[in-house]
Amino acid sequence: MTDPLTKPAPTPAPALPEPAPRASAGARLAPGLDRARELLVRYGFIAVTVALIAWFVLSEPNFRTADNLYGLLEYAAPTAIAGLGVTIAMTVGGLDLSVGAAAGFGVSLAAWMMVVQNQVGGVAIGAVLLGGALIGLVNALLVVWARIPDLLATLTTMFAVMGLKLVLVDGRSISSRMTLEDGSTAPGRFTDDFLWLARGDIGPVPVPAVLLLLVAVAVWFLLERTRYGRLFYAVGANAEAARLAGVPVGLYRSAAYVLSGVLASVAGLLLAARIGQGDVSAGNSLLLDAVAVALVGTSVLGRNVPNAWGTVLGAVLVSVMVVGFSMKGLPYYVQDVAKGAVLLAALLFSYTLSRRRTALPGQPAAGGAE
Amino acid sequence: MSTAAVSLRGIGMSFGAHRVLDGVDLDIAAGEVLALLGANGAGKSTLIKVLSGVHPGHDGTIRIEGTEQRMDSPLRARRAGIATVHQRVHDGVVPGLTVAENLAFDDLAHPARRGPSAVLLRRREVLAAARTAVEVLGLDWSDAVLRRDVAELGISDAQLLVLARALVHRPRLLVLDEPTSALSAAEADRLFAVVRGQRAAGLAVLYVSHRLGEVDALADRAVVLRDGRVTSDTRAPFRWDVVLPAMLGERAAVHPVGPDGIGPPPREPLPAGDVAVRLRGVRLLPRSPALDLDLHAGQVTGVVGLLGAGKSELAHGLFGSASWAGGTAELDGRPFAPRSPAAAVRAGVHLVPEDRAGQALLPGWSIARTLSLPFLRELSRGGVVDRATEADRARTAVDRFGVVTRSESTDVGELSGGNQQKVVVGRWLVPGVRVLLLDEPFRGVDLGARRDIGGHARDAARAGAAVVVLSADVDEVLEVADRVLVLVDGAVTLDAPVSAVPRDAVVAAFSATSPGGTPA
Repeated sequence: MTDPLTKPAPTPAPALPEPAPRASAGARLAPGLDRARELLVRYGFIAVTVALIAWFVLSEPNFRTADNLYGLLEYAAPTAIAGLGVTIAMTVGGLDLSVGAAAGFGVSLAAWMMVVQNQVGGVAIGAVLLGGALIGLVNALLVVWARIPDLLATLTTMFAVMGLKLVLVDGRSISSRMTLEDGSTAPGRFTDDFLWLARGDIGPVPVPAVLLLLVAVAVWFLLERTRYGRLFYAVGANAEAARLAGVPVGLYRSAAYVLSGVLASVAGLLLAARIGQGDVSAGNSLLLDAVAVALVGTSVLGRNVPNAWGTVLGAVLVSVMVVGFSMKGLPYYVQDVAKGAVLLAALLFSYTLSRRRTALPGQPAAGGAE
Repeated sequence: MSTAAVSLRGIGMSFGAHRVLDGVDLDIAAGEVLALLGANGAGKSTLIKVLSGVHPGHDGTIRIEGTEQRMDSPLRARRAGIATVHQRVHDGVVPGLTVAENLAFDDLAHPARRGPSAVLLRRREVLAAARTAVEVLGLDWSDAVLRRDVAELGISDAQLLVLARALVHRPRLLVLDEPTSALSAAEADRLFAVVRGQRAAGLAVLYVSHRLGEVDALADRAVVLRDGRVTSDTRAPFRWDVVLPAMLGERAAVHPVGPDGIGPPPREPLPAGDVAVRLRGVRLLPRSPALDLDLHAGQVTGVVGLLGAGKSELAHGLFGSASWAGGTAELDGRPFAPRSPAAAVRAGVHLVPEDRAGQALLPGWSIARTLSLPFLRELSRGGVVDRATEADRARTAVDRFGVVTRSESTDVGELSGGNQQKVVVGRWLVPGVRVLLLDEPFRGVDLGARRDIGGHARDAARAGAAVVVLSADVDEVLEVADRVLVLVDGAVTLDAPVSAVPRDAVVAAFSATSPGGTPA
């Protein structure tokens, strides 16, 4: 019996050298579509960012001003730095949900050190960094030693650290020269050297920009150029294979969480210096933004692995959106919808459209072309 | 001539510019076991995927009992009468469900009924459906077994479960893809009995295997695929000296066969060198007897044992990735108790683990990165990886092991199984290796790659390493080893030079039930 449907399907013209057949959703698309998808996955995010910037620049005269660039940076720097911490945690196959809490803890700790304890900015900075490292160490203990799944362990740490912060400051925001519970005036204030972190300039460049660049370059170098970064990625790609290749898996997992905690506390320092007081609600929205930009960063450039520049680009995109939309007079909750859409697009790129399936846990390496 | 159960005409399939299948014509009769042979990359897997509805875009026609059928989804293929059991057994079972629910799963997922009765899960009906499925195979699984969680089944029972599930719909053609790759010899025999029973009942079977011994034992006819075409079609008894060249092409000249037509030609045995590893009182399994064993440098020691006999425990204990129930080891006369694989690697003890995807490969990693992972310390200066040296090193390894690839920066996942294995073995087969442990190094690789890997293992031994090949396959071990050890329940039941022991004696040592532990 002959049925027009059973005619041999036309063989698609060879266009792209396809290394191996894969049973992915996209594998059956025609070569032209394949090509388009490849371009979309690789350059889609950059195109959207550039288009958004162009739109805001053309339609909002204020977008071009130095003030606005400064506002963009104020938003982008802490988000990107905390996002870089999340990126490192993601390279070992984990996720750090405690970054927002760690940053918020840093804000209150810095204020408490300076205002209540009357310490100089340098001491406060040291204490905050140490606190971040300790939070990371707790995460490492829970994940590596107690073998609690990373999402649950860092969620637990998040709650504990948020509570601890309120205990430290009696649940109040700390500001310079505030009145203490016993009626006296607090001895200290936010010192100028501390405020310089967010408000100073090095030459023509604001300090947060310099800090962001330094941290980004350092994380990029660590992940892409050093042996340690390679081993982080190995642990994330296949922990058992890494162990059997002689990688001390537990050590690298722990180091990733400690670094994540430290970077979150750096983000906290920037927030505290920007606000100029120990706002107890600071850092609350940082977690979602940091995780979102790290996930967006994973899909930028189609690499499909967490990476430093991708995360920075993700933070720039989200910041441009937030600042631009607020200039357009859109309410903050519309911005959240936009952020959600960007994250969804990123996840679609990573999980649905990408050829490289490295980000999918539990997927064995694709078989050969047999 | 009677109608074939399944008849393929002009089956073709391309991926980009690569023609993987090119005009395959094939008839499979009812009651016939047809072996499908071919090197890695010959197109076997693609043909199976066409038959099971995974590649709807193929050329050509498929007729089942004379009626043309379109295989545009796995469900359509199954309904048309083609049941496929894939190589990875655990992909075929649904964890968290009971044995019975797994057996009845196809009906649960696509119920024949409509309406509310199709929504409710009725344990009694599931159990009844499962019992029917089990009876098709003639298995004596009790209701207690059927109610168990499927995770409690061993791999061989899981394989039978998947097979029962495939047969419950009374297919016309059963496709078995490397069904014994994870089974021991006894378990494989059980599977063969089932297949023979189904053949007698009139089922057509397409049997894919790299193991020629199995094909001899089971198949009525053998078809060889090479470069996407059928190059040989012969009936049993098979003449491997004719079939193998059809399979390997010009590679047959590179890998000549011996007088038996299967194995390699006779080779010079390597003499035992110094004792590299000395085991004293080692208990591989919690209840196994203490074992004294010396492993010599300069030769290949083959360790044959079934799953659970202690093979992998022996290897992982020496590699520091697991610890023995007791005993001590020495390496070159010094106490050796590595606390981690890193310590073992530093001492020159390398392990190629048995599960390539799960224990060796890193998804998305290039050949160069996969090769360098254990040796990054030597490849780095001040912590910074020297990527030029890394690439050079990888190119050398790719050339030396004959890995077929475009470049050393290609994703390992894009290589064929045999080439992946060459990368995994080549990673550890570096100058200066003292003890090289190869756990099931030939699993799922074709004959050509198997000879290549075996040759490199012997070269390493010739260069002075103590090479240990661990396998459940007697022929694989005899092909490469100078000395053979048989492990049963953690005890050595045979230890002899390969040249002095007939194959049958090795097989007999498997069935030794009261292990005495007879070290050399």
